[in-house]
Amino acid sequence: MNAPEQQKLIGAGVKRKEDYRFLTGAGQYTDDVVMPQQSYGVFLRSPHAHAKIARIDMEAALNSPGVIGIFIGKDMAGENVGGLPCGWLIHSTDGSPMHEPPHPVIAHDKVLHVGDQVALVVAESVKEAKDALELIEVDYDELPATVDTASASDAGQPLVHDSVPNNVCYNWGHGDKAATDAAFAKAAHVTTLDIVNQRLVPNAIEPRAVNASYSKHDDSYTVYVANQNPHVERLLMAAFVLSLPESKLRVIAPDVGGGFGSKIFLYPEDVALTWASKKVGRPIKWVAERSEAFLSDAHGRDHVTKAELALDKDNKFIGMRVHTTANMGAYLSTFASSIPTVLYATLLAGQYTTPAIYAEVKAVFTNTVPVDAYRGAGRPEATYVVERLVETAARELNIDPVELRRRNFIREFPYATPVGLTYDIGDYDACLNRALELADVAGFAKRRDESKQKGKLRGIGYSCYIEACGLAPSNVAGALGARAGLFEAGEVRVHPTGSVTVFTGSHSHGQGHETTFAQVVADRLGIAIENVEIIHGDTGRIPFGMGTYGSRSISVGGSAIMKALDKVEAKAKKIAAHLLEASAEDIEFTNGVFRVKGTDRTKSFVDVSLAAYVPHNFPLETMEPGLNENAFYDPTNFTYPSGAYVCEVEVDQDTGETRIEKFTAVDDFGNVINPMIVEGQVHGGLGQGIGQAMLERCVYDDSTGQLLSGSFMDYAMPHASDLPNFTVETAKGTPCTHNPLGVKGCGEAGAIGSPPAVINAILDALAPLGVKDLQMPATPHRVWTAMHNAQRA
Amino acid sequence: MALSISLTVNGKPVTATVEPHVLLVQFLRDQLRLTGTHIGCDTAQCGACTVHLDGRAIKSCNILAAQADGMEVTTIEGMAKDGQLHPMQAAFRECHGLQCGFCTPGMVMSASALAAQSPNLSEEEVREQLDGNLCRCTGYHNIVKAVLQGAQNMKAGA
Repeated sequence: MNAPEQQKLIGAGVKRKEDYRFLTGAGQYTDDVVMPQQSYGVFLRSPHAHAKIARIDMEAALNSPGVIGIFIGKDMAGENVGGLPCGWLIHSTDGSPMHEPPHPVIAHDKVLHVGDQVALVVAESVKEAKDALELIEVDYDELPATVDTASASDAGQPLVHDSVPNNVCYNWGHGDKAATDAAFAKAAHVTTLDIVNQRLVPNAIEPRAVNASYSKHDDSYTVYVANQNPHVERLLMAAFVLSLPESKLRVIAPDVGGGFGSKIFLYPEDVALTWASKKVGRPIKWVAERSEAFLSDAHGRDHVTKAELALDKDNKFIGMRVHTTANMGAYLSTFASSIPTVLYATLLAGQYTTPAIYAEVKAVFTNTVPVDAYRGAGRPEATYVVERLVETAARELNIDPVELRRRNFIREFPYATPVGLTYDIGDYDACLNRALELADVAGFAKRRDESKQKGKLRGIGYSCYIEACGLAPSNVAGALGARAGLFEAGEVRVHPTGSVTVFTGSHSHGQGHETTFAQVVADRLGIAIENVEIIHGDTGRIPFGMGTYGSRSISVGGSAIMKALDKVEAKAKKIAAHLLEASAEDIEFTNGVFRVKGTDRTKSFVDVSLAAYVPHNFPLETMEPGLNENAFYDPTNFTYPSGAYVCEVEVDQDTGETRIEKFTAVDDFGNVINPMIVEGQVHGGLGQGIGQAMLERCVYDDSTGQLLSGSFMDYAMPHASDLPNFTVETAKGTPCTHNPLGVKGCGEAGAIGSPPAVINAILDALAPLGVKDLQMPATPHRVWTAMHNAQRA
Repeated sequence: MALSISLTVNGKPVTATVEPHVLLVQFLRDQLRLTGTHIGCDTAQCGACTVHLDGRAIKSCNILAAQADGMEVTTIEGMAKDGQLHPMQAAFRECHGLQCGFCTPGMVMSASALAAQSPNLSEEEVREQLDGNLCRCTGYHNIVKAVLQGAQNMKAGA
């Protein structure tokens, strides 16, 4: 019997298994789930940024038709319901732990931001719940609010939490300050920038939603929730808030319509509904309206930074100093404290050999929505600092920004940075050279002249990013303050007929794991991809999981599946050896066939699967029947995707309107399982990164703390007509050296690498007018103002 | 107060009683349990709720169910025939024009109506015409490709 031709699903752009249900309306998102006896919840939210709650009168509301129950903060406080925990402990430079003020599920005494939960109304219908909500009378004693990031810790600012002096959560330092100061003392040139990395609203198109129910039958809760990591949600809610054994809480994150970080966190609404479902004895569903999402989904970014780069006379980077104020919002969201620290300052080396780096980060509380991870989470902010500094230095020194980068690239691996990471591998020249070629940088001067003839300004900008993905070695994360492990779990269940179900702790909310993971499994076992089913998003079915964020699914989740497959193969070989009356060492397994080496004696994968479950001829004295293995994988290092992005823009001098003429992205993700899906991930990241660079900005009124950009009418989401056609290429790449698939992760790259490329390009276009700086988003008004201010100067 | 309405939904006659304030999207999702039509905003911007009303793409959050009385509604569930994807649906799959799938039904409904109306679309026209539909996953790159491909598929099948 000839072995079938080796199938090669890994590396192929296999069309997605999940698409049929999404394309035919058969997806099952949380709002699509209706439970028997369903009831509906709505939240009364604070209209004030900062106020004392003097009185709540619910009498009329309670008598409103259809109302089942109304719950306020003191109802929960009286029942030993904990506050929401923060998952990462940061210490200040003086050794003191960060301030962790209480984060109540429903506010009592005080509201701390517009949108803070004041009451949960449960009724027979959404309409009746909303009608009742209108009848709740709350007397607020308004207090002055702290809103602006940069001035939040100034003397005299209103305190968000009475227990937190100067509104400072922590003052964190990272790197060698003395060595960095010494480098600056001997610098031939210092480039300095003031940077605002503006606050963004994640805006997954599916709003957050929860459907929670309590079963008297076994005293347990089931919670459907639009969430990226159901096991983490379960752990946090059960152990830290509701004091339940995990076995009594099942969290199901069914189809989830985008996350981008905002669905990682344990939110107050999730807890309130779960707790109240037992009170009312009915399942309760809440779906955020979009305006509510703006007021309650964790926001992203919001840094104010002063950054300096020191160069020697040969234009080598010798030091970098960064001071950042990061806005935490009113409460510490689940991973808020880690974003502007361990996921930010550790990336400040970028792709360069800068030997001395020191970063200080001051985290502040303000009367605004909490801020936490948003696509890239700390790494876009770091990349923006590094790549703006590099290109500004090149302009100041009048040298080619590409040449300046090349002069400072890291070229020897492994490379230990001065900010605590060890890059295992990379080839930064390869990506940059390919990007220059694809972007036709050689022809740029001609295109600039053509634009000039039309009265337009053309510019080109670059960004060479690195990111740390595949979070993370648990012991490293633990040493840095993580209060959780960061491994992943996977189970491979081979059924008697040789079909396979894989249970993964990773979660897909658009990434296409049902296809990518199935490619890996089908290739490894030599079976048809149709016979592999990937199950995710249910703590009741999956052994454990840490979920999907930080571009970790394939590198950590995929590795866990690979480890489980190793075990399956090892056991299957022993079964095959028994069936073939050979020793296990003599069995080889390729293309789904077990063969005694050098012979034509074979057993198929199906034969072995069947023997495992119908063990009539089976070595029962030495082995258990069945073929079902699980594994946990804890990475030994982060992975380090990198890439080079080139943006070319044309600016209308009269209006400030900027068009991206061409955007080129070349990424090194190591090995790629499904290039079609990987390119799609880059496209999406670019959309969000360009959105940040040119359109999006979450705006609060600085005096009242009212959210001014609180709907899709006010917050500029990128539309199809705002974005260009992208030129995206995945480089042949340098496979990751420390995970079994050699993969690095691709989910955040586009959002990390693109903002500095866009702003660098616009500044290049405006340089002839004397414009030296520009803050995001580069709206026509801002670009026009920059041009006119420069010309007046 | 409740009104009786009769309309055709995905080719089948439907008679139902609705409250006057009920939006078409609420009627489709909550009363008919056609949950493929999604709600992504509250200001008629995102387009996730787009359906065909007498062949025109409309946002079903922006019209009362009662206004659809006597009319013909097609939702995403009515696009595939006998298990065969509509050419626009097929193009979205072929071009990887969807990721999380939440905006997808609205995108497909907008795009199929657009292509039926103007079969020879340019890329720029597609980008302009998709103004009423938001996607946060794809950067629109593959959606635009899919709409152009789907328009060709529809023309070839016509």
